[in-house]
Amino acid sequence: MPAAIEVKGLTKDFPTGRGRPPLRAVDGIDFTVQQGEVFGFLGPNGAGKTSTIRMLTGLSQPTAGQAQVLGLDLATDLPRIKKRIGVVPEASNLYDELTAFDNLVFSMQLYGVPRAERKARAEELLRRFRLEEKRDVPFARLSRGMKRALTIAAALAHRPPLVFLDEPTTGLDVMSARALRQMIAGLRDEGVTVFLTTHYLEEAERLCDRVAIIVKGKIVALDTVAGLRSGAQRQTMVEITLANADGQTEKRRVVCEDGVESAIQQLLSEAQGRRILSIDTLRPSLEDVFVQLTGLSAEVMLAEKGGKGLVLSAVEGGGNAGG
Amino acid sequence: MLADDLRGMVYIALKDLKAYYFKAPNISWGILFPFAFILAFAIRNPGDLRALVPGLLALTVLFGTSSMEAIVIVFERRIGSLERLFLAPLRLPALLAGKLLGGMAFGLTVTLVVLVISLAVFGAGGTNWLLLVLALLFSATAFSAMGAFVSVAVKEVFEAQTLANFIRFPMMFLGGVFVPLAAMPGWLQILARFLPLTYSVEALRAALSGSAGSAAWLDLGALAGFSVVLFWLAVRTLARRMG
Repeated sequence: MPAAIEVKGLTKDFPTGRGRPPLRAVDGIDFTVQQGEVFGFLGPNGAGKTSTIRMLTGLSQPTAGQAQVLGLDLATDLPRIKKRIGVVPEASNLYDELTAFDNLVFSMQLYGVPRAERKARAEELLRRFRLEEKRDVPFARLSRGMKRALTIAAALAHRPPLVFLDEPTTGLDVMSARALRQMIAGLRDEGVTVFLTTHYLEEAERLCDRVAIIVKGKIVALDTVAGLRSGAQRQTMVEITLANADGQTEKRRVVCEDGVESAIQQLLSEAQGRRILSIDTLRPSLEDVFVQLTGLSAEVMLAEKGGKGLVLSAVEGGGNAGG
Repeated sequence: MLADDLRGMVYIALKDLKAYYFKAPNISWGILFPFAFILAFAIRNPGDLRALVPGLLALTVLFGTSSMEAIVIVFERRIGSLERLFLAPLRLPALLAGKLLGGMAFGLTVTLVVLVISLAVFGAGGTNWLLLVLALLFSATAFSAMGAFVSVAVKEVFEAQTLANFIRFPMMFLGGVFVPLAAMPGWLQILARFLPLTYSVEALRAALSGSAGSAAWLDLGALAGFSVVLFWLAVRTLARRMG
């Protein structure tokens, strides 16, 4: 079985004006995406994520390098590749004037889905993405989350074995983002390969089988989430929260050099009869890995209410501001 | 691949007609605008109104095909939905041909309404029907290609409208709609030969007068030439914009 995507030395330069050197957005990257996996492409804004997707989907031509998509050569087999991929761009870009149903049908018409199947498939997708009630509503009148869901549905309309999702949950409210993540997880269960770009660390941790981290056009790490975590310099810690006699709380942490159990015992011995409010194990996160691997400072902010969905934006040269 | 291209072309045209063209304001504007111009001219210069019908038809095709066509592509590019078509399994010329087909279908539909009214008022005696159909078809193709070129040549919708009017309005007065070419100064006659509307008016005049001389077929040839060149320029410009 060929890999879903195989990339060697892929490079993209953009001209910056006469007499100036071109801007290298993607710098000779190599990676392979296996069929059926959810592959995360993680990086700060401007790292080269979207440029990579645009090359792999035929929207722009690579300056150098080679890529095979579903066993087909990107340089010579683009029309056949296009028939077998679905693409969800960063912005929901269906037709405002067409209804949800008509947008799905038009997608199928473009990709040659037989006429007899179109109506049933469109109805099925509307059901699956919980948009049945919006069947005859123009795209322009849908909420942002619904637009996003319909854009994903349109990309799946012709049943592609490989789907590119570019920042699928950016700008969505918590509920919509959660629902979309469930849908993406559902794609993996169906055997669809998903190439996901995101700057939501939690999204990558939750959804992706493997993650590549790209910074300034170069891939600086590629592994499973667990593999990346285990390579982090920061070790697992145990944190204990104690109640002091004056009513204040005190937190103490111990690095698990000899295992979690001995760390807990050490902390319990330090409790000295005080009431224990909680004991937590702190494992290195993808964010720790990112900061460590890239040398970039990470500014983590709460993008979604309740602290879910951490957003990463990187600034060169600073210290870790969050986490 | 050809089947994908042809299918894509047809569905893009149908989608555009549904989404943009067949809206009440477009239809009424497409019919009223040429009538208003011709009526204004007729009031100023009352005479043989039948002689104005070829110009009326040519103007209707011109504005019917190019008004929305000049906006659609740049509009879709601005909102990102043109990218959906770039991602679809069809080649760039087929994508643009679909856009052209939508403009042509709308322009010809509106022109058909104007044609029926004109023939009902002035009669259809002596019309060369084959030439009439070909003249309308070739005119629609040339004007739609012009609209597509305008749409891919600019970055903003308002720029498309400005550029389209910059081309269409002088063409309207130099293309023999109101004043026969023979009555113009020599240098304007030469200039008029570079405008597709000139050939459209001439071919339609020949068709409605029942003539089928070689000049009419040359007019069709010129319109075909404009179509090919403008379409090629549009494809080339769009390909360059895609990077």
